[in-house]
Amino acid sequence: MNLHEYQSKKLFSDHGIPVLEGNIASSPDEAKSSAEKLKGDIWVVKAQVHAGGRGKAGGVKIARSIAEVHEMASEMLGTNLITKQTDEKGLPVNQVYIESGTSIQSEYYLSLLVDRTKESWTYIASIEGGVDIEAVAEESPEKIINYTIDPLKGLELSSLKQMADRMGFTDDVHSQFVSITKKMFEIAKEKDANLIEVNPLILDDHNQLIALDAKISIESNALFRQEELLSFKDNSQENKLEVKASEHDLSYVSLDGNIACMVNGAGLAMATMDLIKLHGGEPANFLDVGGGATTDRVKMAIDIIMENPNVDAILINIFGGIVRCDVIAQGITEAVKSTAIDIPIVVRLQGTNVELGTRILEESGMKIISASDLTDAAIKVVSSVKEAVQ
Amino acid sequence: MSVLVNQETRILCQGITGSQGSFHAEQCIEYGSNIVAGVTPGKGGSTHLDVPVFNSVAEATSEVEIDVSMIFVPAKFAADAMKSAIESEIGLIVCITEGVPVQDMIEVKAMLKGSDSILLGPNCPGIITPEETKIGIMPGFIHQKGSIGIVSRSGTLTYEAVHQTSMCGLGQSTCIGIGGDPIKGLNFIECLSLFEEDPATEGIVMVGEIGGSDEEKAAEFIKDSITKPVVAYVAGVSAPPGKRMGHAGAIVTGNEGTASSKYKALNDAGVKTTDSPALIGEIMKELLNQ
Repeated sequence: MNLHEYQSKKLFSDHGIPVLEGNIASSPDEAKSSAEKLKGDIWVVKAQVHAGGRGKAGGVKIARSIAEVHEMASEMLGTNLITKQTDEKGLPVNQVYIESGTSIQSEYYLSLLVDRTKESWTYIASIEGGVDIEAVAEESPEKIINYTIDPLKGLELSSLKQMADRMGFTDDVHSQFVSITKKMFEIAKEKDANLIEVNPLILDDHNQLIALDAKISIESNALFRQEELLSFKDNSQENKLEVKASEHDLSYVSLDGNIACMVNGAGLAMATMDLIKLHGGEPANFLDVGGGATTDRVKMAIDIIMENPNVDAILINIFGGIVRCDVIAQGITEAVKSTAIDIPIVVRLQGTNVELGTRILEESGMKIISASDLTDAAIKVVSSVKEAVQ
Repeated sequence: MSVLVNQETRILCQGITGSQGSFHAEQCIEYGSNIVAGVTPGKGGSTHLDVPVFNSVAEATSEVEIDVSMIFVPAKFAADAMKSAIESEIGLIVCITEGVPVQDMIEVKAMLKGSDSILLGPNCPGIITPEETKIGIMPGFIHQKGSIGIVSRSGTLTYEAVHQTSMCGLGQSTCIGIGGDPIKGLNFIECLSLFEEDPATEGIVMVGEIGGSDEEKAAEFIKDSITKPVVAYVAGVSAPPGKRMGHAGAIVTGNEGTASSKYKALNDAGVKTTDSPALIGEIMKELLNQ
């Protein structure tokens, strides 16, 4: 679960990581009054979306008067911000964060993440801040500093100090950096964060390190023990069908093609998409109905699939293990009857009770195209779409 | 022969009285698996599926000889379940549970390092040696005793490979589902190495998917250390970057974890790869006939 910048900064400030003063606003008038509460004569208006690259996309603007804050907020709110991290539709800007301006001496990069390769936590820091860190890692890897926590030893202060040394920090700034990194780990542990990223971390004219941006991602599997963070969830930043699917415990990812898939198991669901593509088609979605596919779940899955207006055909691929093919067949029959589906449906069943399942489909009187194996299913669904076009 | 488990293996089921644990433990027993004890806190002293139930793993191991623990407890308790199995020095711990927080797995893996236990999973279908023992949730009837070792990150895709190798008469020595989580126990390399040493295994099927770099590491290992034929398939060529494809670990981040990078590494290592999971069985048969 991704947090917005303002939510991440709330956690930062609760834990003593320095951030600029700021207020959240959902309307231009609120933005104006938010700015009025802040000191200084420069303000920054920042679109709150779950994507990086906001600055270059016009989602971060500097205002030199309160009137300008109002104007910029009204330009941003209600639009979709398209950045290089979003798709071509972009993400809706429903809130803007108004911050005081600051002086900037230099910009750095700092993050802490769950490192799957090292099976622990890794800090990444760089003297190159405010830029794409993956590009820095590629072009000048010598500018990247890493520290992976040894889970048996826990966080070692000496290692944080070494990081600060390598960043070239001395005196008070050195200890500020150590304190910030230490607090990041506290947040990560306490809130089950997978990623805490500060890009940029800046040094202002008073030699204060400040988190100018903040991005936190919370482990979805740990939300059962992070109930107070659930209010931070912003479904407007997610695909509507993906949200609906997850509410029904279905794993769904929306794609650009026109052939919908319903499959049991994540790996087989990916493989089904791959096969559609291999045989010249374009998958419209990834959908794993899971191991406990009941008639109701199958119906819900088909409902969700059909909400995507681009879908021209459906491929249902079930390898019945614990899931019985007859149960799936029953679900398909009921769903098709109740939603009046008039596009081709190709079904491939294999495994437990396959004969019974196939018979249920055959006797249902529906126009279901049966497929004998994976390849046959992919070829049939792709050609059904091509025939429809002709 | 087989790897890790056989008909002698004595199995403990953690969470045996829960709905999932109970259902699958029963299926395992029907298959012929030797489940000797169960654990459910608070239900010690009772019997379930004709098996004695204990309050804790420590209690169970003090009364009964146990080789493997099969874990079915809910995600929020799974890390503690794994830790108690490690503390009781159980040789192989198979955690089926899906949805264990990755932060918990960092702790579990750290604890494993100083122990003699091996972990399989979490979020995996388990392990089966056909016609001997089934420890997990896979459908037993599709398996057939034979000569192919299968190691896979995906459940149903493993069944697909199993089904094909059964249909073409090769059968399986042992099938290991290592699971779809980013931080997990056994990985490709350990399993490949076990199959290399197993005299009953003549060929190895490896099923990978997008995310992480385990397939790339496995490719290096195969080049240096595996003499038996390997057929590999990687799921997710058509998956978009930045999206989690069902499994917690199946995500392309930046340039890392793409199917094409994995295919390249495997091909460079001389592994026979296929872009269609439907051809795994046939290709293996051809390789073995050469």
